[in-house]
Amino acid sequence: MTVLPYVVAAWLFLIGLYGIVTSRNLIHLVTCLAVTQSSTYLLLLAIGYQEDATAPIFGDIPMDAEVVDPVVQAMTLTDGVVSVTVSALLLALAVQTHKRAGTLDPNALRALRG
Amino acid sequence: MGLLQIIILVLVALSATSVVLTRDPLPQSMAASFYGLLLGILFFIFQAPDVALSQIVVGAVALPLMILLALAKTRGRAE
Amino acid sequence: MSRRGRLFVFVAGALGISALFVWGFSGLPDFGVQPSVYGEQLSERAVDERHATNVVAATTFDYRGLDTMIEEFILFSAVIGILLLLRAQRDEEEDAPHDMAESRRPLPTSDAVRVFGLGLIGPTILFGTYVVAHGHLTPGGGFQGGVVLASGLLLVYLAGEFLSFERLAPEKLMEATEAVAAWTYVAVGLAGLVAGGLFLTNFLPLGRIGDVFSAGMIPLINVAVALEVAAAFVLLSDEFLEQAVLVRKRDRS
Repeated sequence: MTVLPYVVAAWLFLIGLYGIVTSRNLIHLVTCLAVTQSSTYLLLLAIGYQEDATAPIFGDIPMDAEVVDPVVQAMTLTDGVVSVTVSALLLALAVQTHKRAGTLDPNALRALRG
Repeated sequence: MGLLQIIILVLVALSATSVVLTRDPLPQSMAASFYGLLLGILFFIFQAPDVALSQIVVGAVALPLMILLALAKTRGRAE
Repeated sequence: MSRRGRLFVFVAGALGISALFVWGFSGLPDFGVQPSVYGEQLSERAVDERHATNVVAATTFDYRGLDTMIEEFILFSAVIGILLLLRAQRDEEEDAPHDMAESRRPLPTSDAVRVFGLGLIGPTILFGTYVVAHGHLTPGGGFQGGVVLASGLLLVYLAGEFLSFERLAPEKLMEATEAVAAWTYVAVGLAGLVAGGLFLTNFLPLGRIGDVFSAGMIPLINVAVALEVAAAFVLLSDEFLEQAVLVRKRDRS
């Protein structure tokens, strides 16, 4: 079962990608992209995880305690914030698209352009 | 790995699938909020409380809020 | 391309990616075995060297502080992009806020929501401040606390007080806060350059381990990031809110 976190990370990536490819609505597409991005959080944290270790917060635990990897956690932290701002930017683009074309369906958009 | 980790991992995978397969954006934003919360719980179990906090405020609150507001704009208002 | 054709391309691509995943993951360390050498080194040293008990915060804002600064500017430029996209275009006009406040709300806010929302504002702001101020000691910090602070301000809107929300968090003030906070990070880095010879070198006293005022420049950067993130989220929500309730096409109104 030790490969399960990696399998789930790969699944999140692929299912999100599937949603993006088959999406009929730009807002639905942005949410699917957020799912795809979340696969990277899971992968990073799974790599840094250590069995029987605690969080790298030395408030109440002895200095020589085993802790999980703080570097991947710092990476995931900034990753998540970038992800949500990118999503917000894409949502703004979707709102503008709806204003210009009157639809959120990517297929209909191509028809409009001829 | 512990049973709790396995259960939450499977739940995360199922929840992500339901987010993608919910085609209507309005119920999808609710599903996405629940998915963000589940991810947050998973990160707590992975001993990453900093990331879990960030995931809960961003994934379960901020992103669904943005989606709802974008939907409010694009869904027809009573003109 | 037809839906079926697109699906075919996706399946082919997904199979290729899956093969790459299997190849890549087989080279990873087994789940739950060992942290990286870098991570191990940081966990051993951070408390002694930086007097920060939260090693993740020490990594984010000190050891890898430059990465976080660049990441913060991704946030900054994304917000600028959204503001440019959503600012009213020439063929639209904004209704004056009172117009919407009186007649365009689909449903009046119920008294229960109003009282509950207003009552939650204080505790939310307090909690956000706590999360930011203790970022170098316990889980939390500028990113998480910043979003909590922003949602505290958004509660004012939720309680049905759009006008008070605009008055409490005027766009100009939020824009200025965001810009000043973003560049404060750079200023702290430059101060380190002057004092210590390297960008983002700590130049403040480290203090006593566990103290709120300890860990050198980490709390300072935490506050700057919190202000930046809070202002960014208030601006984003404000911009989307205005889109949703205020802007309409000129020819239809």
